[in-house]
Amino acid sequence: MNSPAPQQARPVERPLSPFMLGQYYRFQLTSVLSFLHRMTGIGLSLGAVLLVWWLAALASGPWAYASFATHLTAWYGQVLLLGWSWSLLYHLCNGIRHLVWDLGHGYSIPVAYRSGYAVVGVSVLLTAAAWGVAYGL
Amino acid sequence: MASDKPGALRSPLGRARGYGSAKEGVHHFWVQRVSAVALVPLSLWFVFSVAQLPAASYGAVKHWVSAPSVAVALVLFIPTLFYHSMLGIQVVVEDYVGGEGSKVATLLVLKFAHALGAAAGVFAVLKIALGN
Repeated sequence: MNSPAPQQARPVERPLSPFMLGQYYRFQLTSVLSFLHRMTGIGLSLGAVLLVWWLAALASGPWAYASFATHLTAWYGQVLLLGWSWSLLYHLCNGIRHLVWDLGHGYSIPVAYRSGYAVVGVSVLLTAAAWGVAYGL
Repeated sequence: MASDKPGALRSPLGRARGYGSAKEGVHHFWVQRVSAVALVPLSLWFVFSVAQLPAASYGAVKHWVSAPSVAVALVLFIPTLFYHSMLGIQVVVEDYVGGEGSKVATLLVLKFAHALGAAAGVFAVLKIALGN
């Protein structure tokens, strides 16, 4: 019953989580893409608020829209739009990957990696295409 | 099906009722996928249409939203987007918010916020499209 009294008051210094990331734990494409699916989903939920803000500003008239448009066309607005457009297209492509899994296909490790690289590639290409259209390239 | 094999973990009664421990069966799973399928064409249309807009021009953007086909597509897109968002956020909250009270409270606030977002978005589109 009697546990020995601690020899020293100072606690032993042990590494705290997430110390293992990168050093001892090797990331896999599959888990990173799964994590990204959820993160982009949360980001897109916030982006949906901006979509409503955009439409509400448009419905409120030219002055309200002009003040919204200054933020939209500013560098930070464009950076956010770039992030949201890629998030949406990534979530869409990886969502299709999920739907294929739901149908029972593509579960083997090599196929899961190939579809993972495809999702990253296609989402980047689609984002580049959308911005190419936007800037008339 | 695996559950039909003898020795399956699921009881025949449980299989007949089909609702599992959450008492709602596969409803959440299914509507998440239905809204996802609907959002594939809608969001591709949205991204590539908005990309072509002169975003800073009030007149041009208003003219675009006022077109009947665009207004109808937006009225379909916005509630589907918020519904799909709610289903996804619900899973995140259920995963990370501990305690039944704070979990239900967080879900209620977020569900109301999503309903508000969808209503405000649809109202804005209708005001632009139907107003003069």
